[in-house]
Amino acid sequence: MARSQPTDGKKLQRQLFAGFFRVGMLGYGGGPASIPLIQKEAVDTYQWMDEEEFADILAIGNTLPGPIATKMAGYIGWRKAGALGMANAIAASVVPTVILMVILLVSLASFREYSWVQGMTQGVLPVVAVMLGVLTWSFLKKASVSMGGTAAAGLAVVSAVLIEWLGLHPAFLIAALILIVLGRRSRT
Amino acid sequence: MIIYWELFLAFFLPGILGYGGGPATIPLIEYEVVHRYNWMTVEEFGEVLALGNALPGPIATKMAGYIGYAEAGIPGMIAALTATIAPSLILMIALVGLLMKFRDSPKVKQLSAAVRPTIAVLLGAMTIRFLETAYEGSGALHTVLIAGVSFYLLEKRSVHPVWVILGALLYGALFLGG
Repeated sequence: MARSQPTDGKKLQRQLFAGFFRVGMLGYGGGPASIPLIQKEAVDTYQWMDEEEFADILAIGNTLPGPIATKMAGYIGWRKAGALGMANAIAASVVPTVILMVILLVSLASFREYSWVQGMTQGVLPVVAVMLGVLTWSFLKKASVSMGGTAAAGLAVVSAVLIEWLGLHPAFLIAALILIVLGRRSRT
Repeated sequence: MIIYWELFLAFFLPGILGYGGGPATIPLIEYEVVHRYNWMTVEEFGEVLALGNALPGPIATKMAGYIGYAEAGIPGMIAALTATIAPSLILMIALVGLLMKFRDSPKVKQLSAAVRPTIAVLLGAMTIRFLETAYEGSGALHTVLIAGVSFYLLEKRSVHPVWVILGALLYGALFLGG
């Protein structure tokens, strides 16, 4: 594994692409849902790292905000094969589905004047609402497990008042919460 | 030129503030795209989100890639994708040694926990806006029917989201197009 010849480099890039392409095309439910797929490729299929190392990288990824799938792909690609590996792994996990998305929506938009296409937009809205409602509920449940029901409800009410009624940009509130947590002296 | 900068900013903020992975960044993206820059209506955003959920892969980059493309072509797509992916990845690569020390720190868990109620409120507000828009567009009966059936199928029968979304598209084309 440690020996690296020029042909191995090419092979590694091919593997990185194939691995993260599969993760991108098979993972439903957004990035967090695809973590087990990434683990399967990185630990089992290609043995880029052992399970413990993967857990470390995942934990480090979770200390930072933003999408987790691209952080994992980018970091694993960078670790195994430098900047090219990073670009390669990210492209493999992102580009195919973005292209699908653009093709689908652009072709849908070219039929925009037909009433049945407008009907499709209407039909799908309640489904999105249900998915978001379920996501809302899971965030509330996780929040009350991790910080207690009262604190979670209190923070939720404060957020609702500040953002929905007073029109505060959510970025300020989230940044303030992050700073408060980081600034607090850690208890043991 | 200004559009690329705006696209970058619109996706930079959700990427740098969304603790909890891509799905947590969706309401932040909606805030920028629908309410701040008015690139899309609630309906259009809902359609993009629905198709995004019907396709595999990370959701934040699908949204960024398409919205960037819709507003400013391929360069717009690149600007939005870069803003989504690069900041936290660069931080991770640059600070991996430092972050390694904190990976099991309780503070890290507190960070994700602390922003969760706020994200939940943003998601809840989005849920209500989508229901309102559906109600205005197709009336109470269709809205309740589609929402009820899709909740039952997704949550109680664990039907794959692709089929539910395709079903809703078909239902809409047949019954809501007039």
